[in-house]
Formats: sequence, C-alpha cells, structure tokens
Amino acid sequence: MRIIDKVTRVDRRGFLKTTAGAAAIAAIAPATSGSALAGPLSTVSADGAATLVKMARDIYPHDRLADSFYRTAVTTIDADVVASKSATLLSDGVKALDEAAQKLKGTRYVDIADESDRLAALRTIEGSAFFAKMRGSLVTALYNQKELWPKLGYEGSSFDKGGYIERGFNDIDWL
Amino acid sequence: MAKFDLTDDSVVVVIGSGAGGGTLSNELAQKGINVVCLEAGGRYENSDFINDEWDSFAQLAWADMRTTSGSWRVAKDFPNLPAWIVKAVGGSTTHWAGASLRFQDHEWKARTTYGDVKGAALIDWPIDGAEMAPWYAKAEDKMGTTGTNGIPRLPGNNNFKVLHAGATKIGYKEVHTGNMSINSQPRDDRTSCHQLGFCFQGCKMGAKWSTLYTEIPKGEQTGHLEVRPNSQVLQIEHNAKGKVTGVVYADKEGKLQRQAARLIAVAGNSIESPRLLLNSHSTMFPDGLANGSGHVGKHYMRHTTGSVYAVFDKPVHMYRGTTMAGIVKDEARFDPTRGFVGGYEMETLSLGVPFMAAFLNPGAWGRDFTWFLDRYDHMAGLWIVGEDMPQESNRITLSPDKKDAFGMPVANVHFDDHPNDVAMRTHAYKQGAAIYDAVGALKTFATPPYPSTHNLGSNRMSEKPADGVVNKWGQTHEVKNLFVSDGSQFTSGASENPTLTIVALAIRQAHHVAELMAKNEV
Repeated sequence: MRIIDKVTRVDRRGFLKTTAGAAAIAAIAPATSGSALAGPLSTVSADGAATLVKMARDIYPHDRLADSFYRTAVTTIDADVVASKSATLLSDGVKALDEAAQKLKGTRYVDIADESDRLAALRTIEGSAFFAKMRGSLVTALYNQKELWPKLGYEGSSFDKGGYIERGFNDIDWL
Repeated sequence: MAKFDLTDDSVVVVIGSGAGGGTLSNELAQKGINVVCLEAGGRYENSDFINDEWDSFAQLAWADMRTTSGSWRVAKDFPNLPAWIVKAVGGSTTHWAGASLRFQDHEWKARTTYGDVKGAALIDWPIDGAEMAPWYAKAEDKMGTTGTNGIPRLPGNNNFKVLHAGATKIGYKEVHTGNMSINSQPRDDRTSCHQLGFCFQGCKMGAKWSTLYTEIPKGEQTGHLEVRPNSQVLQIEHNAKGKVTGVVYADKEGKLQRQAARLIAVAGNSIESPRLLLNSHSTMFPDGLANGSGHVGKHYMRHTTGSVYAVFDKPVHMYRGTTMAGIVKDEARFDPTRGFVGGYEMETLSLGVPFMAAFLNPGAWGRDFTWFLDRYDHMAGLWIVGEDMPQESNRITLSPDKKDAFGMPVANVHFDDHPNDVAMRTHAYKQGAAIYDAVGALKTFATPPYPSTHNLGSNRMSEKPADGVVNKWGQTHEVKNLFVSDGSQFTSGASENPTLTIVALAIRQAHHVAELMAKNEV
C-alpha cells in the first residue's frame, strides 16, 4: 500500500524534509522562544495568546502536531474576533479560564502541568460563549490548515496528481 | 444559443437547473419547446471545481439563510444549514455522489404495504413500478448508470473492499459497487472516473453525470433553451383565471425582472420549491399557490440517515477513489420483523479531514474525538440511506421574521424523527458496526445525520387533490399550467437515493407537458 508519512523527520544534515518547516522546528524544539509562535495577538497579550494555544491543544489534542498549528488556529480566531463586535471575548475568556485554574490548582491555566487538571478547569467554562467560540472556530481554523492534513494521513487535492487511479485507490493488502 | 424576450409568454419557465429542472429543460428543448431556465446560482464549469472541501462548499453550497426547528440534531449543530445542497447551474447534480437506484415495486405503495403506521401520513403514489420502468430505462441510458445497459460497474476502492469483506463475512449477499451514474468507461463524450475522491465537490473529470455538462449544453444546442444563471425567482404570478402567467426574479445585479410564461415548472429542491409557492400567495391564493389543500411544505422527508466510521490497525485511505461506489442492499427489503417498516441501504462514504472534523460528532472535543482523527488514514466509512416516514408536522414554513436579500421570508425547516425512523437508524448503526467488527475494527463510531442531502416530499404527489399538491404528472392539482419537477413531489421516500427517480419523473413529465401543449390543454 502507498502510505502517508504522518511524522515529520529531519535528515542527517539537518534539513527539514517536509514543507511545514515552522511546524517541524517547533516539534523538535518546543522550548524555542522568540519565533513567530510567541507574542501578542490583536485582542490578547502574549501571555493570553500562550493560554489560548494551550487551550486549543487541550480541546483538540494531537500529540503529533506542533504548537505552530495551534498558534496559527488561534491567530485566525483572533482575527475573526477583531472583525466581530466582541473584541474582548478572548481576553475576558482567558481571564475567566485563569480564574478557574486558580480556584482549582492555585495557578494560571498554562502553568497547570497535568492535562487532566487543565481539562477540569476547562470543563468549568464549557458552557461559556468564549469556549463555544474557541471550539467551534477551531474546527476550521485548525483542521482546515493544508499543512496539517498529511499529519493525519490525508492527501488533499488529487486532480492535479491525476486522481488515485494510478496512486493506490484500491491498494489495500491486508484484508 | 437561444435568447428569449422577457415578455415572450409562449415559453416554458423552469425554475432550477438540477436533476429535475435541468433534465426537464433539455427534454422539452429536444421536442422543440422554448424554455427559459432560471437558476439562482452561478455557472461554473468542471475546470472551476475545487478539490478542497471548504473552498468547494463556499463555491457551490446553498448558504443563504434558512432556519430550523424540531428535535433533530441538525437544528442544534447547524441551525442555519438544514440541508447540504447546491446553488449553481446543475443544482445538486454537481454535488451528488452518483448512486442511481430504482425504487422497489412495493415502495410505490407505501400505505398499502406498510399499513397504518401511527403518526405517519403515508399514502400510496398514484403511479407504480410498471408505469415507471420505461422511464427508469431512459434515465439510466441518459445518465450512463453502471450495471445497466451493459455498462460495467466501477472498480472497488479501498473503502469498498473493507465494506465488502465485512459485509460478506456477516452473510450479506448483495454487495457490489452499485449502480452509479459515473462513467466506468468513456461514454457520451465524457471520460471515465479517475478515482479523484472528490465526487461531492463537483467532478473535475466530468465522469459523473451532472445536468451542468450533459442536459444543459445539449438543450442549449437545440436553440430552444436559454439558461439564465444568477436569477433567483421570488414570486410566481397568476391571472384572474387562476393560471400562472410569469415569474418575478432578481437578476445578477439584484434588479427585479418579470419573465412571462405559458407554463411554469418549479424545481428548486424541497426547501425552496415550497417556499416559492408559499411566497407567491395572493388574494386568490391566500395560503400560497397550489396550496388549497394546505399541503404545500408538509410531509418533508430527508431519509433516515447516519454514518458508521470504523478505525482499523492498518491503513485504509478511504478518501481515495469514487466516494459512494459500494453498497450493501440486503437491508433494503420490506421486513417488519426487524421492528420497523421500510428498508435501508448501506453505501460507502468518506469525508476529508476538514469535513470529518466538522461532521464526525459535531460539538465533541477532547481525546475521545481526536483519537479518531489521529487515525484518519485507518478509517473506513459507510452511509445509511433509509426510508423515513412522512409526517404532517415535518414541514417547510415561511419564517415570521427572517428575510433574504430581496426581502422575501426565508424557509424554516422543522423536523422530528418518527419512532420508525429511530428504530431503523438504531438497527442500521448496529449492522454497520457489525460489518466492520467482522474484519477487525478497533473501534466504530455512529455519526449522526449530516445536514440533509436528500430533501423530499414537501409538494407531494397524490391521487386525490385533498391529499397532496400535485397529480401523477407533477401538475399541481390547483393550477393547470403549474408543475413541480423535483424531489418535493415524492409521495414517500423509499430507501433509494432519489436522483434517478427525479430524472425519470422529469423525462416522463416532459413527455406529458409536450402532449398537453400540443393539444392546447395548457
């Protein structure tokens, strides 16, 4: 079968083998700061943005995906919020989420180490407009990133490659 | 290419260019009858289609405001998207999957066969299988349906192979790649399927039958058909004798135009068609045109649907190749011992990652959800298409407060499942999962119905005027020169994908309309 490589690899000379360069860098060195992954967005501070990125990952967790995909998604949602009349939706939401985190664990949301503890905080705001906006928008802001598709094993457009007639539409070999 | 005057009252006006309207337009034009086909959407050609789910949706889908009510889950998850249908020349034949199945004989006689089902407003069709057989044959030949006319079936893709292995293992007998109006070999100046996997996004190869590049250009070549895209009909007008005389439509600049007509055929799909009739109310027809019986908009059906997705430990790549070329027919039979009347088909289906994220389990989040998407390439999927019960309360009405860009009330779509629908869906989910479990699924998931693709019944056909909106020819009981030509004329839904039946009815209707016109009866 023709298989899709879902994992980003770096060859021996250090060159990225995928086109999702930023994603790969982030995957290898998630602690790297000062990249496009940090910094404030239009409606939230740098800290607020980091909280949203963490929240986005907790809503749709894919361990295979670098933070850059979530940051891109959050940036899209931020731009969307700017265009709407609810410019404080995200910053107010981050505040509410941090308050929930403080109450549960005595610390900010991003500083809660354990995923299940963060989910407990997240569930306390699940009914809010902020959560609904984040979850609802992530469906497209995250999953409609073309660079993400191969990481889940999806090949996207096929017409430009002649379809799958010669590329494995019926190549299953394990039945 | 023909061009007709706005004041030319000798033309037939067809509203909509999909399976019903596009076919009717061509069939009439072939008989030398002048037709103006008004299509609300734009005209895109194969090369314009996009192999990208959301971009294609933005290009083709009917996204104008609609509202929803009722207990169906679509009303909660997609309150303004009750249906996934198309606003473009070719209508939903650009988007359809190609499955072309004849009704089973007993399905024309749902009331007689199923008896008095409590809460269901079942009646028999005023036509039957014998009456429709020659029209089905014409439709299959026109559309190049595989498994008919000596046309070989399509090759099975990976998703089909999983379905086939599982289904035959649990004892299903009728499992194959279906009757598909997708060329398995070049035919009718169109190429064969190249297994793109983007059937729903408009077939860029033109291998799948669509009125866009078959009926419509053929009709145009006769010099008797003018198609006007970006022309949304707002109202149908009538004279003092109660005959329709023309339509008011908004052209591509949004300017209102009036097209005169000798005869009008409505084919805007089962939400817009009743909406248009209701919006055409007047002093003479206070409840809407052709609505003397009060049935316009009622008995809306959407098929009992749902999907089963399964994850395996090895890859499948279900998205490669023809989306719906795979069917299990064994459950389509009438067998009330299963706890419900009517039957259902199981057909292969896949969505790309963007739509899978949106539709697998709308509203869900967390690792239970992403577990599936992480294994997207290891998924197989099927779609359930079953007969749902017509109910008077499932209906299209006009919104009391929401209006479209032209100030016309938008449609509200109300739907509640009938207990028979629920029993059927539960059975189908179980059987779908059993198919995949038989070949080692790690997990299966029962996906709720998507926004409706099969919209039916809201101007139903009936023997008696008191029971429906149109007679056995699709002619409205109340207005002699007004016809309905889409799936809204369905009396009952049957278990089959509806397009072949819509096309067969349109061919038959064209024949009848031509006769009536020749005899000066309309």
